[in-house]
Amino acid sequence: MMGVNRRDFLRIAGLTAAIGMGGKTAFDLLWPGQLDAAEGGVEGWWKSKTPENPLFPGDMAPGNEVPNPAELTAKRWGMALDMRKFTAATRAAVVKACNQVHNVPAIPGNQNIKWIWETSFEHAFPDLAQEYMDNEVHDLPFLVLCNHCDNPPCVRVCPTKATFRRADGIVMMDMHRCIGCRFCMAACPFGSRSFNFADPRKFFPDGKEPNPTYPTRTKGVVEKCTFCTERLAKGELPACVEVSGGAMLFGDMADSGSPVRQALRTRYAIRRKNELGTAPQVYYLI
Amino acid sequence: MLEKALKGEPRYWAWVVFLLVVIGAGFGAYLVQYTEGLTITGMSRDVTWGFYIAQFTFLVGVAASAVMLVLPYYLHHYKAFGRITILGEFLAISAVTMCLLFIIVDLGRPMRLMNVLLHPTPNSILFWDMVVLNGYLFINLFVGWAALGAERKELPPPKWTKPLIYLSIPWAVSIHTVTAFLYAGLPGRGFWLTAIMAPRFLASAFAAGPAVLIMLALLVKKLTKFDAGKEAIESLAKIITYAIILHLFFFFLEVFTVAYSAIPGHLSHLQYLYFGLHGHPSNVMPLMWLALCCGFTSIALLIVPKWRQNHKILLPAVILVFICTWIDKGIGMISGGFVPNPLHEITEYAPTGLELMITFGVYAVGALVLTILYKTAITVKQYKELT
Repeated sequence: MMGVNRRDFLRIAGLTAAIGMGGKTAFDLLWPGQLDAAEGGVEGWWKSKTPENPLFPGDMAPGNEVPNPAELTAKRWGMALDMRKFTAATRAAVVKACNQVHNVPAIPGNQNIKWIWETSFEHAFPDLAQEYMDNEVHDLPFLVLCNHCDNPPCVRVCPTKATFRRADGIVMMDMHRCIGCRFCMAACPFGSRSFNFADPRKFFPDGKEPNPTYPTRTKGVVEKCTFCTERLAKGELPACVEVSGGAMLFGDMADSGSPVRQALRTRYAIRRKNELGTAPQVYYLI
Repeated sequence: MLEKALKGEPRYWAWVVFLLVVIGAGFGAYLVQYTEGLTITGMSRDVTWGFYIAQFTFLVGVAASAVMLVLPYYLHHYKAFGRITILGEFLAISAVTMCLLFIIVDLGRPMRLMNVLLHPTPNSILFWDMVVLNGYLFINLFVGWAALGAERKELPPPKWTKPLIYLSIPWAVSIHTVTAFLYAGLPGRGFWLTAIMAPRFLASAFAAGPAVLIMLALLVKKLTKFDAGKEAIESLAKIITYAIILHLFFFFLEVFTVAYSAIPGHLSHLQYLYFGLHGHPSNVMPLMWLALCCGFTSIALLIVPKWRQNHKILLPAVILVFICTWIDKGIGMISGGFVPNPLHEITEYAPTGLELMITFGVYAVGALVLTILYKTAITVKQYKELT
């Protein structure tokens, strides 16, 4: 897509249609223009990006990697949730902040979208739950989100590199490349990914997204928590961390002085499904 | 040669029109899905693959099973398969066509399909699945067509098809192995995380594919007087007998490891399928038991040579084999893998009416491809025999 001009693209499309992955050219005939929106359009959009365009944070657009001096950077981003500091109000504020900042719609039923949500200990840590555990921990709702694994199975299975791991460890989604095969959702052992079964814009109250500066998604693509890359680029902490009142820590795992590393030195921490070897970078301080 | 498919009795045309109507209805349903999104299906955040991917998996097996004809016929010069091999190759073409269509109707953004080629990603098994499926489609198309064309001219098959035929043997194994790898390499899905998945897929495929082929051969014989041959049918029935026994044997190997080790992450899926989980009966429970009953009954009917040589017993037996293997892959594979979800919650899946219409539409496309190819092949073969 990127670096492939339209003529090349159509040539490849024609060739591949001829060798049996058809459908593409048929679609082009049936819905002219849609192809541009779905394919070539992305390139155009990137080119039209200006530094003022809030839809594209500086780190994402090729050719626009002008470093923002305020940008927060790390060798390896990680997060710790201090379970002793969470209250019902904090949890609600965290989930609400994330949903609002990222225009996560409230879709009724089981085709919903979740970036960060509350669940019980048994569901967050099915392999650690036992009958006689500490009541306090057992009854404590846990917030779960994408673990931004060091060894992410979702990235391994994606057939188009639409989900990828950035140099700073954040597992990202390219919503314009995703073909909606949902292989990543089968691969994620944490249920952290959501698919846009329908147009998410239909589910915003009054039909308007809560945050006009963050892009809404289209139907047919997968999405998930991004550790707020768009906020890091502006020098801000992730939205959840900001409203958590110190219950959520965020920092560079490669920096022994970072708040996460400091907390992990003195507190007992657990990770979800450690045994699967995906190396989650979200730690729960018990 | 294809012009042979343009001449037929009213019965033939009525069947073609019927298929076109089903395809039209399926396409209409697909247009609704295309506009509304996959929300019109019964899939959910927890069960993210459904009927489409299940049918895809089953049909990859049907396609791969052509090797059960190609291998004896071309490698061991087993002459009895001389008339039926082309039917197997053409069945494979129809099955792979349906596989590709099922993948396409399952995509959230089908227009971006070509991204798989524009951004080839060798670490993704789906990329390799696309490579092997398309490769297999063309191998069979070239080999089948060339063999039929040569037969029409009463010549031996052209020499260039030989290497392709030999290649098609491991290639057939590869398509179902790679399809099993789609599932068997995912860390958080205990039901699929098993090395026996590829062999079990192949065993059930080598039962299901020849079962379909026997049904088709008997139907073709009734409709057109084209006889695939008594010995060919008997040999296929033998292959089915071995394969269905292997399939159930592999299934019990899986059940043993899972149940005796009793590791919850693996056991809970089987529990869900056959007994329900946490007091929650599963909606597929009756079907899963039905599949087992069909499997065992079919073995009882097939294992006695006298019985399986009698078409009055063989036909119901292969229908039972079909039901057993279809439920195993078309229903249990997906429900069992996704329920319970990684957070150990239960969200059940059932296809919607529109989802089924699209599914029937794809099957009708496959049936139409098969009808046209069979019509051509049988006309060529019968003409040759008459003169």
